[in-house]
Amino acid sequence: MAKITYIEHNGAEHVIDVKTGLSVMEGAVKNNIPGIDADCGGACACATCHVYVRESWLDKTGEKSAMEESMLDFAENVEPNSRLSCQIKVTDELDGLVVTMPESQH
Amino acid sequence: MSDAGVIIVGAGHGGGTAAALLRQYGYQAPIRLIGEEPLAPYQRPPLSKAWLKGEADADALTLKPESFYPEAGIDLMTGVRVEAIEPAAKTVRLETGERYAYDHLILATGAKPRRLGIPGADLDGVLTLRSAADAEALKAHLGPGKRIAVVGGGYIGLEVAASARALGAEAVVIEKEPRILARVACKVLSDFFTGYHAARGVTFEVSADVTAFEGANGAVAGVRLGDGRLIACDVVLVGVGAPPDDGVAARAGLTCDGGIVVDGEARTSDPAIFAIGDVTRRPMPLYQRMFRLESVANALEQARHVACAITGRAPPAPEVTWNWSDQYDIKYQFAGVPFDADQVLIRGDPTQAKFAVFHLKGDVIQAVEAVNAPAEFMGGRLLIGQRRPIDPARLADVSVSMKEVAA
Repeated sequence: MAKITYIEHNGAEHVIDVKTGLSVMEGAVKNNIPGIDADCGGACACATCHVYVRESWLDKTGEKSAMEESMLDFAENVEPNSRLSCQIKVTDELDGLVVTMPESQH
Repeated sequence: MSDAGVIIVGAGHGGGTAAALLRQYGYQAPIRLIGEEPLAPYQRPPLSKAWLKGEADADALTLKPESFYPEAGIDLMTGVRVEAIEPAAKTVRLETGERYAYDHLILATGAKPRRLGIPGADLDGVLTLRSAADAEALKAHLGPGKRIAVVGGGYIGLEVAASARALGAEAVVIEKEPRILARVACKVLSDFFTGYHAARGVTFEVSADVTAFEGANGAVAGVRLGDGRLIACDVVLVGVGAPPDDGVAARAGLTCDGGIVVDGEARTSDPAIFAIGDVTRRPMPLYQRMFRLESVANALEQARHVACAITGRAPPAPEVTWNWSDQYDIKYQFAGVPFDADQVLIRGDPTQAKFAVFHLKGDVIQAVEAVNAPAEFMGGRLLIGQRRPIDPARLADVSVSMKEVAA
C-alpha cells in the first residue's frame, strides 16, 4: 500500500491508498479521480493518463521506456517531469508520491 | 424536470464510464445502470490479449471496484434485461415487468457477435468472443496439444490466434476475403501481419468459404471449407463482426440505420434519449460524414459527450478516432479513417516490424496505421486532427523526425 496524492489541474487534492502492484493510473481511475482518462486501460497506447511527477519523486518512479517517451513527445504541455501514469507501478517505496494532472488529456 | 434521473442501459465500458463521469461532473439526481451481464462494468480489450494469455486477472479488468457504485449513488443492476423503452412515458420496462422512469436515458447496448447460420453452428466448442464469460469458455479450450480454427481474420481473430500460440495451441485462421484485415486495414498491414503470424506458426486459409462445422458427440471437430476440405480442430472462434445491438431502440421508434443514429452530443432522434459506443452511427466532424465506429476510444468520447450534454458542461473538442491491437510483441496503433484517400505512403521498414502507413487526401493525412511506431501514431493523430497539409516527401523520410514533420 502506498499513499498517493493526486492533484487536479484546478488544485483539488485527493489522497488515496493505492494497492502495491497497481499502476498510479489505476489508483486514480478505480477511485474515480477526475483528470486521468486512461482510455486504453494501461496498454501504453493512448497517452491520456499524463501526469507531472513531483520532482523529488522522479528517481523512485523510474525511467521512461522508449515507447512511453515517444508517446509523451506528442502529448500537450509536456514537461521534463511528465510521465504516463499507467507506466508507474506502485510499490511501498512510492508511499507519499505526489502527482499533478494536466489541464486536459485530449 | 422530475427527479427520476438518468437510466443507462448497458453496463459495459461506455455505460460504466458515462455513469462515473456524470458524478464527476456534479450530476446529483439518481443514476441507474442496467446491464445484462452478471458483472460490474469491465474492460473488454484484454479478453483477447493480456487476460487470455494469463497476464491480467479479472480484478485488473474491472473499471471500478464494487464498492464504487453504492458510494457514488449509482444503482448498478446486473444480470437484468431491458425489454422495452417507452419514450412517451419516459420509462423502461424490464423483462421482469418492472418499470423505471427516467429524465434522460442513455443506451449503451453495444454489439453482439455475428453468428454463422451454417450447419453445426450450435456444436459445443463453436464460440464467439465478446464477454468475460465467452473468454472463460475460450480459454478452457486452449493449451498445448489443442488446435483452434479462427473463422475471420479481423483483429479479434488475430489477437486470439496470437494468444493461442502463446498458450501452446496450434492456430489456423480462415478468411473469406483474399487477405486478412480486408475490412479494416490496408494491404501492407495484411501482408505484414500474415507474415508475422506465419513465422510464429499460424497457418492461413484465405479466399475460403466456411460451409459447415462438423463434430463428433456434439462437439466440434472440424471446419468444412467450400472446396470440400475439412480443417480439423478442437475449438472454433467465429470472429466475423458484431452488428449493433439496436433492437430495443428500433422497437421504441428511435431512428436507426445500421446502429442508433446520434448527433454530435450523442443524442438520438428522441431528445431525452442518448446513445453511445458500438451501438451508434455518429457524425465524424473531421470527415463530414456519418459512420459506425467500434472502439473503446469511441465509446469513451461519446460518454464524455453525453455527460457534458446532461450536466450542461461545454462539449469537449472533437477527437480523432483511434484504436490499437496487441499481437505477440507488436504494438499496433491506428488513427483516423482513410476516407477519400488518394495516396498511400510507407514510413519505415515493414521487414523490421517498425513502420507506419499514412493515407493522404492531397497533402492532408486522413489515417495512419503504425506498427511499433508510437511517434508516427501520435504525430499522425495530431496532424489528422489539425487537417494541416504536410510535405509527403518529408513524411516518407525517416531521417526527418515526426516532431519535425509535424512542426
